[in-house]
This record gives sequence, C-alpha cells and structure tokens, in this order.
Amino acid sequence: MSGRANDTRIVRVTGRGITIHGDDIDTDQILPARYLKAITFRGMEAHVFADARTAAKAQGQPHPLDQQRFSGGELLFVNRNFGCGSSREHAPQGLRRFGIKAVIGESFGEIFAGNCVAVGMPCVVASAETMAALQRLNETDPQTRFTLDLAALTMTAGDQVFPVTLAEGRRRQFTEGSWDPTSVLLAAGPAIEEKLAALPYIAR
Amino acid sequence: MGQTLYEKVFNRHVLREVAPGQFQLLIGLHLLNEVSSPQAFEELRERGLRVRHPALTFGSSDHSISTSGRTDDFADPMAAAQVAAMGRNMGEFGLNYFDPAKGEHGIIHVVAPERGLTQPGMVIACGDSHTSTHGAFGAIAFGIGTSQVRDVLASQTLLMEKLKVRRVEVTGQLSPGVYAKDVALYVIHVLGAKGGVGFAYEFGGAVVDGFSMEQRMTLCNLAIEAGARCGYVNPDQTTYAYLGGRDHAPRGVAWDRAVAAWDAVRSDPDAAYDDVVVLRGEDIAPMVTWGTSPDQSVPVGDAIPALAALPEAERAATGEVLNFMGMQAGMPVQGTRIDVAFLGSCTNGRVSDFEAVAEQLRGRGLRVAPHVRALAVPGSRRVREALIEKGIDQVLIEAGFEFRDAGCSLCCGMNADSLRGQQTCASSSNRNFRGRQGSPTGRTILMSPVMVAAAAIAGEVTDARQFFSTTEPQGATA
Repeated sequence: MSGRANDTRIVRVTGRGITIHGDDIDTDQILPARYLKAITFRGMEAHVFADARTAAKAQGQPHPLDQQRFSGGELLFVNRNFGCGSSREHAPQGLRRFGIKAVIGESFGEIFAGNCVAVGMPCVVASAETMAALQRLNETDPQTRFTLDLAALTMTAGDQVFPVTLAEGRRRQFTEGSWDPTSVLLAAGPAIEEKLAALPYIAR
Repeated sequence: MGQTLYEKVFNRHVLREVAPGQFQLLIGLHLLNEVSSPQAFEELRERGLRVRHPALTFGSSDHSISTSGRTDDFADPMAAAQVAAMGRNMGEFGLNYFDPAKGEHGIIHVVAPERGLTQPGMVIACGDSHTSTHGAFGAIAFGIGTSQVRDVLASQTLLMEKLKVRRVEVTGQLSPGVYAKDVALYVIHVLGAKGGVGFAYEFGGAVVDGFSMEQRMTLCNLAIEAGARCGYVNPDQTTYAYLGGRDHAPRGVAWDRAVAAWDAVRSDPDAAYDDVVVLRGEDIAPMVTWGTSPDQSVPVGDAIPALAALPEAERAATGEVLNFMGMQAGMPVQGTRIDVAFLGSCTNGRVSDFEAVAEQLRGRGLRVAPHVRALAVPGSRRVREALIEKGIDQVLIEAGFEFRDAGCSLCCGMNADSLRGQQTCASSSNRNFRGRQGSPTGRTILMSPVMVAAAAIAGEVTDARQFFSTTEPQGATA
C-alpha cells in the first residue's frame, strides 16, 4: 500500500482471479494466531493461510495461493461465511499485502468485512450460482480477466456480466474514497490547528 | 438546563460532524505504549505521514518491560523487539519519551499524572483501555485501538460517538479498612461489567469528594471494567493541590488562568444526566472476586452465590467459571490458598497504595507465608524512588516482598512476571480474565492492596481488617 496517492477512490478493480473453495474459512485459518505478536503488519503476506498452505504442500497438492496458474491474481473468489471468527486486523492486512484487491463470495464474517473496508479491500456478495460460475471461469482459464465495478455493482468477465451486492454505505465509502479514516480526518486540514489553538490548555 | 463536564469538554473538542453521530474530535494529549503503537508508526512510514503534533505526544514502555532491575533484561524476544521499536519510533518522530535507559519509565497512567501532564478539561487518548484513569482529574480520557493510534498520530483527531452520562454517587463515608479499590469493585458488582456500555461515568458524592487524587485514579481506572469507556471526577481543590508545582503544570499567571478554566469545566449544579445511581459508602466492605469477570465479586466475609440462586441461564456458565477458579458455589472466598501476591499496576501502583500496606506491616515482624511469592511493583520509577525515600521499600522487603522495578508486570503477564500453571494470585490489579496474568490456567482474585498484603502473610484470602488487628506482633521491628 506504499505510495498511495491522495485519491483513495475505489470504483473498479480489474485483474485475474484466485479461487479458494470452502465454507466457514475463519480468520484463524487466514492468519494463524502465532503471528499476531509482531510489531508490524509488514511481511504479514507471508503468513496468509500459513498452516493450510503447509498442509497442502505436504499432500502434494499446493494451496491455491501457491499454484503457479493463479500467481498474480488480485480478485479472490470464495464461498460462504469467509472470514468468520476472531476480529484480528491481521487477516485483511495479510490478504491485502499478498496482493488481493477485492474478495467476492457468498457471504462474509461481519467483523472481517468491516476490517476489510479499513484496508481498502471490498468484500462483495454474489449468489451461489454466480460464485460457481466465477470460480469455474477462473479455474478453467486462469488468464481470464475480471472487473469488479462498484458503481454498477457488477462482475464482468468478457461478455458475461454478473450482479453483486454491497451495503450502500460501504459502497459509497469506496467510490467516494472515504473508506480510509486517516484520509477523512486529514481532510479537515488547517481547521485542526485553528481549533486546537482555541483550546484553553493549548493556548495557555 | 446546565451541562455535564463530559458535554462541555466533548463539545469544545468537536471539529465537525463527519456523519450523523460521528464526530471528528480533537485529542489534546496522546499517550503511547510499546504494545499498541508500533504498527501505527509503521503505517505512518508506509504512507509518508508525519506525527502532526509531537509536542502533544508522550510515550512510555510499560507492558513488556522487565521489572528485574535491568530494563534491558528480556525473557521474550518479542518483548525486546517492542521496547526497542518504541525507542526508535519516539526518536525518529521526535516525540517525548520517558526513556527506560534514563530511568524515567513507568506505567503511562502513573507517569502522566505524576508529571502534571494530565489536567482538567482535556481530551486524552491512549492505546490502552485503562486510559480512563486520567478522568480522575476531570479529563475525558479513553482507550483506543491501533488503527486509531495511527489516526491520532497523523491528525491529532479521531472519529468518536458521543456517550451518555451516568452519575454514580457514593454518599456518606467508608468504614475503616475499606479503600477506593473496594468502592470500584462494588460499583462494578452493582452495575455490572457491561452496565456502563455507551456511558461515561461521572463519580461524585461525599466519599469521592473526600478521596485523594490517587484514590480517584483507582476509581476511574476501573470505570472501563464497569463497561464505561471513560469515568471522571469533577475537578476541585484536591485536584489543584495535586497539580500545583508538577513538571508540566502551568505556573504563575498561567496557573491562575488555568484554575479559572478548570473551575468552569465542572458539571453545572442543574446538569441533566442520562442516569443517576446513588450508593451508600456505609454499605461497602472489602471486596474480593471469585470469577473471571470483575463483576463476579463478594464482600470478603460473604459466600459465593449458590448456583440455585442464579437465573437458570447463568448456572452452567457460572459453574464452569467456578471450576476454572477452583472455587465452590455457596462457599466463601475467604480461606482460599494463594500462591502469588501482587502489589502494583495502574490501578494500585502509586505511593499511597504501598503506604497503606506499610502502615499495616511496619514494626510488626509479619512475614509473607513460605509458600507465597509476593511482588511489590511500583507504578513508575518516581513512585519507586519515593518509596525508597520513605523507607517503605525496607518494610516490604523485610516482610518478604520482592521490591521490583517499575512496569505493568503481573497485571498483564507480558514480561517474565507471569503466573505458572494453575497458580492463584491475590492481586491489586484490574482484570481477572482467563490468561490475563500470563498463564492460560492461572487464577486471579482482585482486591485492595491491603487485602493483598494480608493474603500474602496469611497464605490465603483473609479479611485484612481482622487479620491486622488481631495478629500479634512477632518480635523484631522494621
């Protein structure tokens, strides 16, 4: 997320996909607890799905995040109740730093979805049929490019268009660039100093 | 209709209403610790942001620092990394650091008041829930999360909703042997550990008016354990007498102007409260907890409630809690054997807390029971130095306490001072949550410092009032 410009609006996300099948994938699986003591989120991408990836490798079937065909994918396709469980900010931080820019699934853990807003990574909801179609497209031809459009609330792949949903408040936070609380606060500009200077204990 | 202190201070700090009910609030004093700040600094670096008002930003390393006497003596490399990062961040961004290398360290909620940083009418934020402590001075002070720490560093503001205000009045007077800690535990017991959610607690009444600043800090410190994001006491002559002459307190003409401003910030006599609760000081006895939530407590002489007396929905969970604690429904907490006794923390780690203990121990030849490890951990280096000057360190050491260096220590189990296995700890700290004192199966019994001292010597939980008045002197005097 380095070098983020002042324009924080997120209207369209275009890229290739990564498919992770399965319901109820919790934040403990996404980011195991032993990595929470670190003093920085930097490097958190290395620990995304750490245990699942190790286990998959041991079974000779690499985890989707390690499969060459999905390398560089930016849209993550998941199923039901993704990100349930603990409220750790590390899970969205890890995914975002891994390179994921949006998550499309049947449903999401509520706290996880909220934490994803604060890192600028929309979690949008699609029907089970749409998810099956998106995952099939992605797995049949991993070079397929998808576009998530938060203005139109659609997922597009070639000439196929699928409807997605996102709560209106959150949708506007992304499209208006107000998902990032720091930017919203900094937008107050010099008014901060004017008001500070008027406080009796600062003026003293 | 008049206004409460909370409304006056909040309104004065509102910059704008960003969304309905969401206010951008100015932070007049930002306090930092080594646990919740490093990720915030990292994000500033990644975004190329600076700390907007370094002069309003002060930090200390308290949670994971060693209390062995050598501040660089770390058992855990993660703790070492946190303290090292704190020093680097404070230096790089040009912030005010109570540097352990210079012997200035201590728990930030002890250090800021003793330096005169905490003043009436301020809005104070810190990435630690016990920031409510500073409300003792008539400030609005609350804990924040790591992402909010980043926001305050970058903008000196954060997004905040306005709380309701509940006035909690403690009338009359306290019986001998009953302390501010007991008042706080009693308030939590009566109103519940979640009873204050959505509220700021204004503490008042004759008992609170008569409290010293250190007693008020103990009370406000535990507001968060009552579920209230912040608690406060209206500033008065006690507040001003404490503040006068401290490092960061105003002086001369500025002092007179400050006092006028502080007087004006008090709640108006006709202020409207969202709720008022009146408790009688005479009803409060020394309190002890028996569970894993701070509202699970009884007066030391009483029995733990019988399961049959509880609502049916709570019985199974309460039975499980008692099993964890090794206690029994219907039986008293008194008589529970302890393994560890802890004097300290941002709740009860100030000079008067240790003085109250020393008053009971001095000259009586009392000794900590052989099977008990007893720790006395001053809340700050300055507290430690004051205790040495008063000879209180010797009283504690002769009684068999380890007199340690300043830090959070056994309150949060983030340094080497942790419980082991199922050890039971009589503790003057603030939380009896599972795993809080460093062992997943460790057991915490919260109580006042004098009750901790009595338990340390008796080797079991006991009523300090009777214990210290009936225990015979045992020869040599301190």
